[in-house]
Amino acid sequence: MSKISKWFAVRAELASRKRTLLGIGSFLLPLLVWSIISYTPFIWHPKIQVEDPGGVDYFQVGMLVDKSVFQDEFTSMQAQKLALPRGEPANPIYLPAPHQVAKACYTAFTTAPEQKDLPWLHESLWHSIQVIFWGFVISSIVGVPLGILAGTYAALGRLSEPFVEFFRYLPAPAFGALAVAVLGIYDGPKIAIIVIGTFFQQVLIIANTTRKLDATIIEAALTLGTRRLQLLTRVVVPGIMPDLFRDLRILLGWAWTYLIVAELIGTSTGITWFITQQARYQHFDKVYAAIMIIGIIGFGTDLVLARLERHLFPWDRGLRRT
Amino acid sequence: MNREHNLPDYLQQSEVVRARFDSLKQREKILEVRHLGKRYTSTQGEVEALRDVSFSVHRREFVCVIGPSGCGKSTLIRILAGLENHNAGDVLLDGKPVAGPGYDRGMVFQGYSLFPWLTVKKNVMFGPEVNGRGRYEAERDALMWLDLVGLTKFADNYPHQLSGGMRQRVAIARALVNEPRILLMDEPFGALDAQTRVKMQTHLIDIWRNIDITMLFITHDLDEAIFLADRILVLKAHPGEVQELIEVPVPRPRTPAQFMSPEFRATKARLEELIHPAPLPETEEELAVKPHMIRFTNVADNVE
Ligand SMILES: Nc1ncnc2c1ncn2[C@@H]1O[C@H](COP(=O)(O)OP(=O)(O)OP(=O)(O)O)[C@@H](O)[C@H]1O
Ligand SMILES: [Mg+2]
Repeated sequence: MSKISKWFAVRAELASRKRTLLGIGSFLLPLLVWSIISYTPFIWHPKIQVEDPGGVDYFQVGMLVDKSVFQDEFTSMQAQKLALPRGEPANPIYLPAPHQVAKACYTAFTTAPEQKDLPWLHESLWHSIQVIFWGFVISSIVGVPLGILAGTYAALGRLSEPFVEFFRYLPAPAFGALAVAVLGIYDGPKIAIIVIGTFFQQVLIIANTTRKLDATIIEAALTLGTRRLQLLTRVVVPGIMPDLFRDLRILLGWAWTYLIVAELIGTSTGITWFITQQARYQHFDKVYAAIMIIGIIGFGTDLVLARLERHLFPWDRGLRRT
Repeated sequence: MNREHNLPDYLQQSEVVRARFDSLKQREKILEVRHLGKRYTSTQGEVEALRDVSFSVHRREFVCVIGPSGCGKSTLIRILAGLENHNAGDVLLDGKPVAGPGYDRGMVFQGYSLFPWLTVKKNVMFGPEVNGRGRYEAERDALMWLDLVGLTKFADNYPHQLSGGMRQRVAIARALVNEPRILLMDEPFGALDAQTRVKMQTHLIDIWRNIDITMLFITHDLDEAIFLADRILVLKAHPGEVQELIEVPVPRPRTPAQFMSPEFRATKARLEELIHPAPLPETEEELAVKPHMIRFTNVADNVE
C-alpha cells in the first residue's frame, strides 16, 4: 500500500531514476500492446494467411483472406473431398508486426526507388526537413520580433493582435490553392502553408510570453537609467529568452503537423510523397517506418533543443525550481 | 491596547539630538515634495491614493515613511522614482522637477528585482553600462561596490543562487553604483527573516554613514523605522495624507540595545497611537461573522 502511494503522491516530484524508468515505460507500453496484438494468434487476427492453397483454385501462398471466406472454402473442399487449404491466423496488411516495421526502418533506406529518377527515402526526408526549416525560419524572422514588440508596446499589440487572432482561425491548408496560384507548384506553396500555420500562433504566443516578464524587472531597469530602446534589447529580450526558446520548441512541433498537408499541395514531395507511394504498393511496413522516422526526427530535435536550452540558460533552471 | 506610562514625551530631545537636527536642517534640500496628489481611476471607480502630501528631505538625511496598508506609501515612492505620474503638486530633486525615472534616484524594491540572467557582477555593472560608461570602468566600480556590501565572493554567481538578504545587498549595490542623489527603498527587508533583517539594517546604516547618500525608506515595521530614521513621515490611509513628521529623539550612533531606551519606546508609543488608533466600531461585514463555539473534546481535557 505504502509502496503504491509513494508512486502516486499528488503533484510530488519523482526521483530521477523513477523518471527515467517511467519515461522508458511510456514507450514500452504502446509497443507491448502492439506486440500482443501482432504476435498472439488468438487476439484479433481477423485474416488467414494461406500457406497451402490446397484445392482452392484462386488461393495463392501468402494470400490474406477473411476468416469466414477461408472457413467456407475449407468446408466446401471437405465436401468435395479435395485437398484442404492450410493457413495461419494473421492481421490485416495494414497492421504489420513490430519486427517488420523495425526491419523496414532499415530497408526503406537501402531499397532503391521503383523508378530511377525518383528520390530515395533519405532524399525525401531531407526535402521535408528543408521545407520545415525554411517555413519556420521565415515565420520566425517576422513573427518573433513582431510578437516581442506587440508584447512590449500595448499600442502595437492592440494594432496587430485582434487581426492575428482572427487569422489564426483560418485553416492554413485552405490557402493551398491560392499558394499554388501565386507561388507555383514546387516548394514555394509548401513553405507558405507552414509559414501561415506557424506565424499567427507565433505572434500571439510570443506576445503573451513577453507580457509575462516581471514588471518589477523593467521598473528596476528604468530606475537604473535605461532608455527606451535599451530597455528592449537589454532587458526584455534577455529576460524572456528561455521562455521564448520553449515557445519556439512547441511551435516547431506544430510546424511538423502542417508538413503533411503542405507536401500534398502542388506536386507531392518529401516524406509525404514517400508515404503515399508506399501505401499505393501496399508496403505498409514502410509506411509505418516513415511515420516513425518523422516522430523520431521531431522528438529527437526537441530533445536536443531541450538539452541546448539547459546549456544556454543556466540561470533559468534554479529560478524554475524555487 | 496598553499605553505605556511614565515615558518621556517623544517630542523631547536631548541636547545632542537637537544639535544634530539643527545642523541637519542647515543642509540643502535634496528632495522637495509639495502638495502632491494622486488618484487612480480603475474599473472599480476612483481611488485617491495621495492628497496634499508635502515634506522635504535634506542631504544625507535618513527619512522613513510609515503608515497602514494601502495608505499610498508605494505610490509615493513610485512617483518619486518617476515610475508613476502624479495629478497634483510638484516633486523637486535638487530644485528641479522630476520627469520620468532616472539614475539620479536609485530604487530598491521589496520583491527581488535583480536581472536573473546576469551574474551578480553584471547586475551591478548594468547601471554604469546603460549610462554609457566603459566596460572596464563599469566592472571596476561594480567590484568596488560588491566589496562594500561584502559579496565579492559571489560576483560570478547568479541571483537564484543567493539568499534573500544577499539579493537585497546586490540590489543596494546595483542602485548605489550609479551614485544617485537619493536612494528610494520600498520595504526592502520586508521579505527577510528577523535576524537577517537586523543585520541588513545595521549594514544599511553603515553604508549611509560612509557615503554621500540620502535615504527615503518605506517600512511597516515600527522598530525598523525608529532604528533607521532621522525623521519618520507618518501617513494615514483613505486618502493618503501626512499625519505627522516625527523627529526621532533616539541619539546616534544607533545600536540594537537602544530598542529598550525610553526615547525609543516613547517614539514607538506615538507611532502606534498614530497607526493603530482606538478600534473603530465594527463594520457590518464583521458583525455578520458570529462564531458559535462548540466543545468537541473531553470536558476534562483542558489546555488552559
Ligand atoms: N495601479 C493602481 N490602480 C488602482 N489603484 C491603485 C493602484 N495602485 C495602488 N492603488 C490603490 O492606491 C492605494 C495606495 O496603494 P499603495 O500600494 O501605494 O499602498 P501602500 O501603502 O504601499 O500599501 P502596502 O502597505 O500594502 O504596500 C490603495 O488603496 C491601492 O488600492
Ligand atoms: Mg506598498
